[in-house]
Amino acid sequence: MSVYTCPECAFVYDEDQGVPREGFPPGTPFSEVPDDWTCPDCGVRDKLDFVVAAPEAPAPGGPEGA
Amino acid sequence: MSAHAQAAGHHHHHHESDAEAIAPTWKDSKRYAWLLGIVVPALPIAAFLLVEVTGLSLFWWFGPMFVFGFMPLLDTVFGSDPNNPPDNVIKWLEQDRYYRWCTYLFIPMQYVSLVFACWVWATQDLSILAAVGLAFTVGSVNGIAIANAHELGHKREAIEKWLAKVALAPTWYGHFFIEHNRGHHVRVSTPEDPASSRLGENFYEFLPRTIIGSFRSAWKLEKLRFDRMGKSPWTIKNDIVNAWAISVVVWGVLLAVFGIEILPYMLIQAFFGFSLLEVVNYLEHYGLLRGKREDGRYERCAPEHSWNSNIVASNVFLYHLQRHSDHHAHPLRRYQALRNWEGAPELPAGYATMIVAAYLPPVWKRVMDHRVVEHYGGDVTKANIHPRARKRILKTFNPPTPTA
Repeated sequence: MSVYTCPECAFVYDEDQGVPREGFPPGTPFSEVPDDWTCPDCGVRDKLDFVVAAPEAPAPGGPEGA
Repeated sequence: MSAHAQAAGHHHHHHESDAEAIAPTWKDSKRYAWLLGIVVPALPIAAFLLVEVTGLSLFWWFGPMFVFGFMPLLDTVFGSDPNNPPDNVIKWLEQDRYYRWCTYLFIPMQYVSLVFACWVWATQDLSILAAVGLAFTVGSVNGIAIANAHELGHKREAIEKWLAKVALAPTWYGHFFIEHNRGHHVRVSTPEDPASSRLGENFYEFLPRTIIGSFRSAWKLEKLRFDRMGKSPWTIKNDIVNAWAISVVVWGVLLAVFGIEILPYMLIQAFFGFSLLEVVNYLEHYGLLRGKREDGRYERCAPEHSWNSNIVASNVFLYHLQRHSDHHAHPLRRYQALRNWEGAPELPAGYATMIVAAYLPPVWKRVMDHRVVEHYGGDVTKANIHPRARKRILKTFNPPTPTA
């Protein structure tokens, strides 16, 4: 399962955990999240902007945005 | 560019440990000025003292006098400060808890001032005009409290989100922090946003549109969230419901203790309070419009989609709200670290002064309409034009005719 992060605020969508508060139970693949879903923390970026983060060991320097 | 690099490193699971870039030499010139925010809730008490000392009941109106008279004066006296904290101190600045306490402390003071006003209404023999004046004074406090709630409502920490609801409770504006974060920030400077004012739309047209539209949108957003969970939105877990429950409790206690006769004044202060927030909304994106990209999505909110001001006094009282472009680029950034963007649209005066202009539509039109058109290089069709004013606006600002 993959981890996706918001390029603005680094909010994490982890497919293992989902985001139950947003209505995405644990195990919900990111592909099932609606395209117009926006980052619940910053609201500036939406699903289509999220970037894949390495699942276990993050690359040196961590997830880099734009 | 550098801003994005910083944001990317700002992972919330380990951001405290990231905050080690200690600023060796740089000093925050506004550091102690932020304490002035806590002075605002003292307005009703100051009003009481001024009435006592001078014998003039006019001073029950001290809140509006302060906001519309004294603050614009301070704006003029202290002028503008475009200085930014250097990039390498931003993290250090954000993790300094002193700044958080400046916003937290506002809230107990806000409630002291509200209870004080209720006590005055219930026990002192005020004329109706004086009691209404006090309602406007308390409304000024609870309106400025929305700027405080705005700062707190953007944060990840649950305690700060909860404090935001508490600060919004006296004005029944608890739905604001949902609509603002998940609605306004997403649709800012588009015709779909009830809280983005349009070129040619005067404040009195904007006010009902934003009050009703923002509430509807907040409810829709929460309903959508509960729909996805397959649950009914009629639950205390709904953030609108639980925020409004705080209002029910606060108002219930105050009415029970001080009597039903304070109700009209409570209603006046609430209306004036949230109208103050809405007039600030009116200033922030007037006429600005995000273009559409080829795939039909709006272009991302950029610095050119907000009006800014570096005027010091209004900024200090409203937690850098006037550094609005940076706020929209990085909504979680704490107020003390917000930066001025070179070249972003700039208001000709501070918020306090511009609010007065917004209340007077002919003045606003004169001051702002041409600035919107100049911002778009003379092409008025690039602006967010109010549909009802479209004909008039196009006639006044003749768009360049296509030559080909």
